Amino acid sequence: MDEILVLAEHRQGELRDITLEMLAAANTLGRENDLTTAALLLGHETSSLSGKLKGACDKVLVMEDPELAHYNADQYLMAMETVFRERKPLLTLIGHTAIGMDLAPAMAARLSLPLVTDCAELSLEEGRLGVLRQIYGGKINAQLAMKPSDHYLISLRTGSFEAEVEQGKSGDVETIPAPDWTNLRGRKFLGYVEAELADVDIAAADILVSIGRGIGKPENIPLAQEFADAIGATLSCSRPVADEEWLPKSRQVGTSGKTVRPKVYIALGISGAYQHQAGMKNADTIIAVNKDPMAPIFAIAHYGIVDDLLKVLPLLTEKFAKK
Amino acid sequence: MNIVVCVKQVPEVIDAELEINKEGTGILKEDLEFDINEWDNYAVEEAVRIKEAHGGKVTVVTLGDEDCEDVLRTALAMGADEAIRIDEERFELSDAAGIARGLYRAIRDVPFDLLLTGAQGSDDGWAQVGLTLAELLGIPYASLVVKVEIRESAITVHRELESNTQELLEMPLPAALTIQTGINNPRYVSIMGIQKVRRIEIKETNSEELGLSEAEIGPQGSSVASQKLSLPPVGEGAEILTGSLDEISEKTAQIIRDKGGVI
Repeated sequence: MDEILVLAEHRQGELRDITLEMLAAANTLGRENDLTTAALLLGHETSSLSGKLKGACDKVLVMEDPELAHYNADQYLMAMETVFRERKPLLTLIGHTAIGMDLAPAMAARLSLPLVTDCAELSLEEGRLGVLRQIYGGKINAQLAMKPSDHYLISLRTGSFEAEVEQGKSGDVETIPAPDWTNLRGRKFLGYVEAELADVDIAAADILVSIGRGIGKPENIPLAQEFADAIGATLSCSRPVADEEWLPKSRQVGTSGKTVRPKVYIALGISGAYQHQAGMKNADTIIAVNKDPMAPIFAIAHYGIVDDLLKVLPLLTEKFAKK
Repeated sequence: MNIVVCVKQVPEVIDAELEINKEGTGILKEDLEFDINEWDNYAVEEAVRIKEAHGGKVTVVTLGDEDCEDVLRTALAMGADEAIRIDEERFELSDAAGIARGLYRAIRDVPFDLLLTGAQGSDDGWAQVGLTLAELLGIPYASLVVKVEIRESAITVHRELESNTQELLEMPLPAALTIQTGINNPRYVSIMGIQKVRRIEIKETNSEELGLSEAEIGPQGSSVASQKLSLPPVGEGAEILTGSLDEISEKTAQIIRDKGGVI
């Protein structure tokens, strides 16, 4: 029976959410197409992790080696090549994450596999793969029909499927020996660099006033700060504002910044790329101000104002200053 | 330190009203502005800074028709020394692997120590080309790079992970890096600046010269059979507040009071 292989993602001893999300996607496709699902765990001293995977797949494949203690493209590529040549899975799923984005393209090139990255939905009919992904910063959906192939490599967008530990499975654990590390290219992992302590913890705020590219220039930030002060909110931002160093990185909401869940999240001039949405979509109430009515942020906001934030902000501040 | 940077021209879509063509296969580009892909802009800046600090030469490469010369001129104005354009329209229908194959043929004979690309394109967002190139060239690589330090025949890089965490890596040269936004502050290019580099000759090549067959590029070389575009469903979406700006502000203030417990 053909197999769907899922690369289990973990870091610093913790299984990443994307792993169980991918297994959920794999199990759904597996049920519809009579395919088994296997989770592949590459690492060192991973026994506590394999236990967490058993309930979510038909087989847990484990490759243990000190060389695999931390993710490194050099070793992972060789390990994936070894496992792929042995198992020949129909589908291989990898997360569209810092690990998967680093691994999948080179793996596809090395093994001559068709690769579709950042997939939000998958379908499989008579062995033909269909994929939904977003392009142009989330403003357009693209439904792709892939050419027939014996094998596909897919990277899956985080948050596209529900992560559950128990998925009605009880996978056996099977060990795969590590290869001789002969084809390495000299990339060395030296360590993790954690963020410096921030002046303000945006994750602790009840109300966040969050600014994006639409703020235009740093001279406009006091307008947002005054509004935040008037309602007792904390100022946060999306990636472009931190990239420009208009606000410190510790204020950034999103995948590479912080995940927040305030009572009210006010998004000012934030288009709402999925990396940003992943960091704030669980806020109780989301208010978005953007002059672009097609901005993806409006799809997840509860209330929207389609206008220039520079016009809206002073009026809003005034509503609270009067009190 | 010789550096090759792959760049791409993309439509500016932020704040633009996008329309899909009748066939549903692409967006209408006639009314859109075009510019250098944001990630590539950071990559060019990083290359020029490394050159300024360590000497050497920066070569920029792009794929596409004559209009794409604008991105090369922009890169030259930022401080790149040489530019190559692969004149081939069929890449429009290539997948990311096909684009990487095209770039590979053009850069494999250019001596370099570092190969830089943007981490992804703002259009298709494949985030593949730089790493596919690294594998075709058989060199070490790192993606999502937010800091580069050059040492003797090796580099140390910071790679961006999730949750404001980075990874510190070391690798020998030559190496390929895909650059994440925010790594630097790209310099502003004026029209005057572009005027100044207008005499630099852009080297042209094409798929024939590069020995690329029909099967490797364009729709034939792509793993995608067809693509159907649509506007994302709005779902429940936001309740758009209407009225005069003052009325809208009043409604918003009320929501903030109710939901945020603000007095």
